[in-house]
Amino acid sequence: MVSHVSIKLASERVNHSVASNNDPPRFYTPGEVITGIQDFMRGHGTYAEDDCLKASVAGVMQKVNKLICIRPLKSRYVGEIGDVVVGRVLEVQQKRWKVDTNSRLDSILQLSSVNLPGGELRRRSEEDEQMMRKHLQEGDLISAEVQNVFSDGSLSLHTRSLKYGKLSQGTLIKVFPSLIKRRKNHFHNLPCAVSVIIGNNGYIWISPHKSDILMEGNKDAIENYEIQPVGKSERETMARVKNCILALVASKMMLDDTSIMFAFEESLKYDNVKELLDPEAMLDVAFLTQHRINIIAEE
Amino acid sequence: MPAADLLSSQGLRLDGRRPNELRRIRCKLGVFTQPDGSAYLEQGNTKVLAAVYGPHQASKSKMSTEAVVVNCQYSMATFSTGERKNRPRGDRKSQEMSMHLRQALTAAIKTEMYPRSQIDIYIEVLQADGGTYCASVNAASLALIDSGIPLRAYVTACSASLGRQSATHEPLVDVSHIEEAADGVCLTVASLPSTGSIALLEMSNRLHMDHFNIVLTRAMQGCRDIEVILDGAVRQHLAEGWTKQDVITI
Repeated sequence: MVSHVSIKLASERVNHSVASNNDPPRFYTPGEVITGIQDFMRGHGTYAEDDCLKASVAGVMQKVNKLICIRPLKSRYVGEIGDVVVGRVLEVQQKRWKVDTNSRLDSILQLSSVNLPGGELRRRSEEDEQMMRKHLQEGDLISAEVQNVFSDGSLSLHTRSLKYGKLSQGTLIKVFPSLIKRRKNHFHNLPCAVSVIIGNNGYIWISPHKSDILMEGNKDAIENYEIQPVGKSERETMARVKNCILALVASKMMLDDTSIMFAFEESLKYDNVKELLDPEAMLDVAFLTQHRINIIAEE
Repeated sequence: MPAADLLSSQGLRLDGRRPNELRRIRCKLGVFTQPDGSAYLEQGNTKVLAAVYGPHQASKSKMSTEAVVVNCQYSMATFSTGERKNRPRGDRKSQEMSMHLRQALTAAIKTEMYPRSQIDIYIEVLQADGGTYCASVNAASLALIDSGIPLRAYVTACSASLGRQSATHEPLVDVSHIEEAADGVCLTVASLPSTGSIALLEMSNRLHMDHFNIVLTRAMQGCRDIEVILDGAVRQHLAEGWTKQDVITI
């Protein structure tokens, strides 16, 4: 059997940087004095000491009037109301689920903020409490929206819409949350018959395209659809999308439907999906995508 | 007492360094994708990897409502020293190291920001050539910065010893393994150089009170020098990973 193995020296590592050649901004590092404390407000990533405003993280400054924040390159997900997130159920508790959303504390999904199967609206009875594990089990992946942010920073989620809920067949990619652009819509049906949920928390879900009729169809039709095996060509397309996203992440490019679609189109010149795991191919795809994004930005 | 043979007649040390010279430091941030923050640091022949997970939900037994729980684990690879040896994680020496690391890092982390959370810091020594504690603190400091956890300032550590050249005593910065083994004194300092505060101070062997101050000053100077080097590495890392949207102001 012949197999292709490529081993690289550490010194020949590919530099994934595709950043355009504009001047870098001023960077701040922890403990560095930003300004005197008078007439400035202390925002995230800063603290006051000895009459000075100092940075507490390494990053760039963002200034809104008198409010000064330092934004780190990457951090845990900080939720905001209305964000779309993808999460994994960790625990089934009384009347609520604990969900991992890559944030600082575990998020909560109340039994009262999910749509019951069958779609009826009523008070949650004790029976519903006992059926909770049937509905969502430990380890299940869900898409949800942030309903509320508690004072300690933990999130309360809801899935009170048909587009949210349990995710069945597909792949999950975890990226740094700072790479996700906040958009009006985070559910995308790409033209290549793949749907993508770009969670604000950096979890991206790729699944085969669901037709709209099924979304509105009755419960049985959806359940039947969920357990059908996914064809090889669909799986290959999904793998291609995944590898494209990994290529963009390696070059630290922002992710949204445009950049993913551009990367997908550029990647089509590599016939074999696994060629995209090669560092040179990843850089090539990212570079061409960046180029196309630049062209759009100029127009 | 200072060992007699740590300095040559020309005033050079056993490995050819001058008394106030650090070993070469090379470092890299963001070496792993899985943890929230990671760093690799080489200090001479001492090589250390650090990974930071968190802040994440603390387990119920450890949880504190006032501050974040910092959890350190120090371990040495089987191949890290001259003698190949299986080193279990829970042994006394690494437990002590973990405790000292926690003390130094807790001083730098703004722990009050994240109640009910926990930060896990894992240190793995790949090659030990003296000053593993110092290298571990420096690597962990970089890993914490990479993960975006708020810090008061850089925390750095440096060791110092005392050598004798003819009649005068000369403090030696950044002690290597042969100097440690030569039965000299070794003072380890972990500090926040920009504020000048000391987070941890440890000394092995006896040292005359008269010499203590010069050794401590030399170690503190080493901490400040290391901070400059780490700061440069962080800035370079930022320049590489910076994206355009970071600077957009609302």
